[in-house]
Amino acid sequence: MSTVETTSPSHDNAHTTFDAKPIWRTFWILLGITVVEITLATIHLKTGFPGKYVLNGIYLILTCAKAFYIIAEFMHLRHEIKNMIMTIAIPALIFVWFIIAFLWDGSSYNALRNRYDEHYRDANKVKVAPPSEPTDKEHGSKEQ
Amino acid sequence: MAQAIPAGTKWWSGGKSPFNVEYGKLMMWYFLMSDSFTFGAFLISYGSIRFATNGWPDPNEVFKAFPFVPESVHLPLVFVSLMTFILIMSSVTMVLAVAAGHNNDRKKVAFYMVLTIIGGLMFLSCQAWEWTHLHGEGAWWGRNPFANADGSKASTNFTNFFFTITGFHGFHVFSGVVINIIMLIKTLRGDFDKRGHYLMIEKAGLYWHFVDLVWVFVFTCFYLL
Repeated sequence: MSTVETTSPSHDNAHTTFDAKPIWRTFWILLGITVVEITLATIHLKTGFPGKYVLNGIYLILTCAKAFYIIAEFMHLRHEIKNMIMTIAIPALIFVWFIIAFLWDGSSYNALRNRYDEHYRDANKVKVAPPSEPTDKEHGSKEQ
Repeated sequence: MAQAIPAGTKWWSGGKSPFNVEYGKLMMWYFLMSDSFTFGAFLISYGSIRFATNGWPDPNEVFKAFPFVPESVHLPLVFVSLMTFILIMSSVTMVLAVAAGHNNDRKKVAFYMVLTIIGGLMFLSCQAWEWTHLHGEGAWWGRNPFANADGSKASTNFTNFFFTITGFHGFHVFSGVVINIIMLIKTLRGDFDKRGHYLMIEKAGLYWHFVDLVWVFVFTCFYLL
């Protein structure tokens, strides 16, 4: 592509953005977020304290934060020009609506089935034997 | 790169790349975007099925084993945290390889590429162990031995989605390792020195970080939520 100019490829002085310090800082941020997620999950398992829905919200925010750091720093998108950032970011952001719409649809479908389909609703009330008891486990696997 | 560009540049007036990146890198970005839509579609179908179902297995009850630890010891999240750590770490060594490539430092690039490949292989081994373990417990496509969190009988959607999506991700990791091995060979042969730049390492790096990025979402969707 020699006819098209870019300020890159090789040996100018513009590559100072790739020094090791921000890379390791990003690594510690990513590791820290993961540790926080696991700590929260463990606390939830032991005490049940952050409610499941609150916890899920926290997880999603932290996941987006991690995704941001990977894309911005590791994939270097933050250091590109605005045109480049937008050509990636806008489709990705529109995709978020796609996710919300489908989940919404799924939950609506479930609500409708629970309201109108008795069989579907009652199927969930039948408990199966816990797999931890060895005799039941053997019995159950034969049935299946 | 931004500091080298004068303010008020007319990007769209022709004669230069309006995105100020090299062609191959831009195409890699667009490929990754389309790939993220594929993964997104998988995760969306997983999510909407899960939202459309009354009960779902508790991941902390399913993923609680660790290699060489007796079955009776429950360690939820520990193994998958290890896998996450391995992948983040290999992402770091990949960036360090890219950074070394900017300085045309062949030895350093090769060194960090080797570390990245080892990280990828470690991740794949972990996943192989996890799949084997789950298969041993009776889980597979179309078979789900785990009950819902509320004790009712679960459908096979849980295992189907788990194996499909982590399998698709694992396949990406595998391709990434193969790409990285090719890049390592080309580095060692001195191909990039002849070319005068290490931009291929950067493109392989973008792919590798994408694999890490997808894992962040898989980790959240399957193990945390």
